[in-house]
Amino acid sequence: MALLSKKDANLILDPLADNNPITIQVLGICSALAITAELKASVVMAISVLFVLGVGNVVISLLRNVIPAKIRIIVQLVVVAALVIIVDQVLKAFAYELSKTLSVFVGLIITNCIIMGRFEAFALGNGPWKSFLDGIGNALGYGVILVIVGFFRELLGSGTLFGIKVLGDPVAKTGLYALGYENNGFMIIPPAALIVVGIIIWVQRSRNRALIEEA
Amino acid sequence: MEHLELFFKSIFIDNMVFSVFLGMCSYLAVSKKVSTAVGLGAAVIFVLGVTVPLNWLLDQYLLKDGALAWLGPEYADYDLGFLSFILFIATIATMVQLVEIVVEKFSPALYNSLGIFLPLIAVNCAILGGSLFMQTREIPNIGLAFNYGISSGIGWFLAILAIAAIREKIRYSNVPAPLRGLGITFIITGLMGIGFQSFGGMLTGDNEPPEGTETTTVKAENKEEKEIKKEIEDKEKAVSYNEVINK
Repeated sequence: MALLSKKDANLILDPLADNNPITIQVLGICSALAITAELKASVVMAISVLFVLGVGNVVISLLRNVIPAKIRIIVQLVVVAALVIIVDQVLKAFAYELSKTLSVFVGLIITNCIIMGRFEAFALGNGPWKSFLDGIGNALGYGVILVIVGFFRELLGSGTLFGIKVLGDPVAKTGLYALGYENNGFMIIPPAALIVVGIIIWVQRSRNRALIEEA
Repeated sequence: MEHLELFFKSIFIDNMVFSVFLGMCSYLAVSKKVSTAVGLGAAVIFVLGVTVPLNWLLDQYLLKDGALAWLGPEYADYDLGFLSFILFIATIATMVQLVEIVVEKFSPALYNSLGIFLPLIAVNCAILGGSLFMQTREIPNIGLAFNYGISSGIGWFLAILAIAAIREKIRYSNVPAPLRGLGITFIITGLMGIGFQSFGGMLTGDNEPPEGTETTTVKAENKEEKEIKKEIEDKEKAVSYNEVINK
């Protein structure tokens, strides 16, 4: 990391694990859960949030001395909404099928608490470059969880990854299915996402005892 | 009849928390005590009831493809749909501010119990989600839009009430340390979600639930709302058991 000073690098690396927006800060859960039945949707969602949060943080940071404190929430919402409209239009133009799968959840990036949270906590008090790194870091932390959940749900639920049948064909009984393996339909239904995230939290906190909550 | 159907559908089948995960952030953050959960839940019902019909009007007369026809035939070709995010969120933010001011003026008691939650609500995804679902599901008239707002609010209220009650009790249980707090809340919500999945076949008969869960559905239907949350814990065991059997 010759490009970045150590402090700057931490802005990106911290949110990936020990200060992860989803498992530690408990922000942005909604969209994280609803669209993770497939890996592809998770990746697209992660990229969308990366764009919105990276650019949004810079914009808010540049405007931070101009925005009156009283109406800052509305200003922030307008900035995010504008960025999300861009994402939505791009998705509709280049990945129409996928934008149907994501349906309202692209729009819900606006109310994704990670975004408002980072604006409030970081971009309003720091310069554009740092805010950009912070935005990228947090979006990556969010993306990592999304991809992990998406990976397990698609692999165990449908036996595919990015729609490719990695475990063999369930109908023709090839690959693992020849041995009597069955897809776990449970992973496809929405509540499974919650349980997978719960397990990720469990694993993470067992590895790093400092994160355990007081009862 | 369609009102009744939409009402129960939004509360149980399309429950905001358990089937689409909206408003999870505040659901997790404000569910440590039943009393605060009730306050936030009531505020959500209220704000959804106000904003969904309002956004329905916006959608119908401004945003939809050809919605501007009332201005004259030359406007009929415009589709301002891409503006819906920004208009919906602006409506919600302003309404929340307005509601806060009005409630403070006319009912200080209500303000004291709801007031602190109102600013939180502007960025609650359940609120924006309510409006966006109203748009994608093409709810036909304003009465149904109002109904949809209120009933999905009630669904959310029910969910946060249930989890707050369970979390109050779970404090006395011996949960593995790394799961304490957030982790176990996620898993309980997941289990409750599985329970709510069994409401799937309650009304229309599509999404036929697997056999065996049907009995629990019928039973739960007859319960008072308050009793349901007590039932949930028992039911989730039964249902997840059934799930395993059926798969």
